[in-house]
Amino acid sequence: MVCGEENLDHDVYSACGSDMMSDVLAYVKDQAVLLTGLVNSQVIRTAEMMDMVCIVFVRSKKPTEDMIELARESGIVLMTTEKRMYEACGLLYKSGLVGNGVKHE
Amino acid sequence: MSESVRFRFNVDGSNFTTAGQASVQVKKNLRELGIPAEAIRRVSIAMYEGEINMVIHAHGGEAEVIVFEDRIEIILSDHGPGIPNIELAMKEGYSTAPDNIRSLGFGAGMGLPNMKRYTDDMKIDTELGKGTTITMTVKF
Repeated sequence: MVCGEENLDHDVYSACGSDMMSDVLAYVKDQAVLLTGLVNSQVIRTAEMMDMVCIVFVRSKKPTEDMIELARESGIVLMTTEKRMYEACGLLYKSGLVGNGVKHE
Repeated sequence: MSESVRFRFNVDGSNFTTAGQASVQVKKNLRELGIPAEAIRRVSIAMYEGEINMVIHAHGGEAEVIVFEDRIEIILSDHGPGIPNIELAMKEGYSTAPDNIRSLGFGAGMGLPNMKRYTDDMKIDTELGKGTTITMTVKF
């Protein structure tokens, strides 16, 4: 847990994993959790634009202070894991967090 | 014309880190105005993509958001190089963004198509060497 402890009671049902924010903005629909290995302020802003509530940084990536501040302002939960993207996604998927399909006309 | 609310922002083109600040602010403002959530989401995403484009390609510019009774208009103007081939630029996956932008998570060639997808109407006025103005409308 990096920040957003106070928002941990929020239920989430779907997630997506990507290092490409362009793709998150283009293909994601109603996913609440973003898994990414990318570390910059745009990750937080992308999540905020998509109404996501939680970002998990994979491969032990650590968000910067600026990013943590942005996430706090938006009430977004930040977490980090040493697991790689594939494994982190797999674990969450196995626990019932689905991908929710790609809705893209 | 019915009463409208207007927000204006300067988009700083020199700093990729701060790109998107105007969109974050607009999202907050629209929430305070009680605009339907789905419309806010569409406006935010379209404007955010536009803002990122302005920073990547055009050294920033100006953003204006006008809230009408039944729709929101987003006007993004820059004094950048212009878009040489709009048809090509509208193609998904086509991008002229430099590699360093791709390493920051953008430049997948989804910006303009995405802006069109999330809005009800999008108009591009562009002149080579002069700049580009994009006007988008989201109805609610």
